[in-house]
Amino acid sequence: MTREDPFGVVLFESVSHALRAEKIIKAENIPCKLIPVPRQLSSDCGICLRFSTLHKEQVESALAGKLDFFEVALL
Amino acid sequence: MEVVYLDNAATSFPKPEATLEAMMRYQRAIGGSPGRSGHRLSIEAGRVVLDTRDTLARLFNVEDPLRIVFTKNATEALNIALIGLLRPGDHAITTGMEHNAVMRPLRFLASRGVELSVVPCSDRGELDPEDIRAAFRTNTRAVVLTHASNVTGTIMPVQEIGVLTRERGDMVLCVDAAQTAGALPVDVEAMAVDLLAFTGHKSLYGPQGTGGLYIRKGLDEKIAPLMRGGTGSRSEFEDQPDFMPDKYESGTPNTIGLAGLGAGAAFILEQGVEAVREKEEALTRRFLHHLQDLRGDVTVYGPPAAQKRIPLISFNLRDITPSDAALYLDEQWGIMCRPGLHCAPAAHRTIGTFPQGTVRFSFGFFNTEEHVDLAAEALRRLLRG
Repeated sequence: MTREDPFGVVLFESVSHALRAEKIIKAENIPCKLIPVPRQLSSDCGICLRFSTLHKEQVESALAGKLDFFEVALL
Repeated sequence: MEVVYLDNAATSFPKPEATLEAMMRYQRAIGGSPGRSGHRLSIEAGRVVLDTRDTLARLFNVEDPLRIVFTKNATEALNIALIGLLRPGDHAITTGMEHNAVMRPLRFLASRGVELSVVPCSDRGELDPEDIRAAFRTNTRAVVLTHASNVTGTIMPVQEIGVLTRERGDMVLCVDAAQTAGALPVDVEAMAVDLLAFTGHKSLYGPQGTGGLYIRKGLDEKIAPLMRGGTGSRSEFEDQPDFMPDKYESGTPNTIGLAGLGAGAAFILEQGVEAVREKEEALTRRFLHHLQDLRGDVTVYGPPAAQKRIPLISFNLRDITPSDAALYLDEQWGIMCRPGLHCAPAAHRTIGTFPQGTVRFSFGFFNTEEHVDLAAEALRRLLRG
């Protein structure tokens, strides 16, 4: 995943949730990275999980039922 | 003189090297504030805290690690649980063997309109689950009890009581695992525990200033937080978050301590709780055998069988006061133990040692048979005068 790829982010209630999600996604060998939440999405000081849009379905199905998340946004 | 540390029920010492290394690693190489920024050192600090949550979740069979809230000790965890849950008009049941970490919050609540029943125990500190059932009322909201007494070492029938509280459906089982987390198997599902308060610095081999509270799913909706403040989440709102664990974790956490706790708990998982238990039970049995030889001069409290107690033995020596015995053991033998009331006046009333207390020896993972034998020899010499 390079910075130029179109990417999406998963937003969470808390940093603890984001960190748990990172563990789950990485265990599925899906590339991802924790980044500060982009300003256009929220003014929260939290972090979100960035992934390539190519992996959107994989990310969603990996997290489904395991962890609550707010939304998946494509940027 | 080599120090022989037999006060592990107060705090375990020494700690595994891994505990110290994890704390040094955090403060040397990470150092960020978890959940407060998006930079890599903050995220890495967050990972440290989450890893500790994950390790404890494995240890206690908690499915979702985020159901574990970190606190500074078991006392804070019990205060969150009891003061957050119980309302005037509710009825709570506890036992005659409780530490003040349970008893004082409950007495405070009783002064504010909570009904409280203290179920008596035998003079060995044993609790009959039927006595708990007999105390049930229509408005009973919670049963609060220790998993094992810090005075007699008696292991309480938590699983049997869990069956009773589960039958009632709306009743909460709150367990003080200060003495048992890491030393005995603790399974919140098998034991039907709804609230589990634990400390990090005893049998989990973390540093002081760490502990936590497991809260069963859904129960957090009924427990108001004790403190409110910054959580790093929902920063645009001035209301406290309502989700776990942030609802109960305001302010910068003790990340360096939690790094140590995670390593200590991982050490116990590697050894296996059953193996730790076997080793400590053997030391306890050995010391009980020594005391058996001195039975004319020594009164031992608690159950006679090692398998019914945690690795802790309270006793009195003929006409020698506990404080005199402890001073002699420290000065002449380098043996560290605890004399007195052990913060549990109710338990001492139950076993008939109030107000003079007892001498308490408590063993840990790093004690040896040689320590046990030396302690017995020291008592023999003291009794001989």
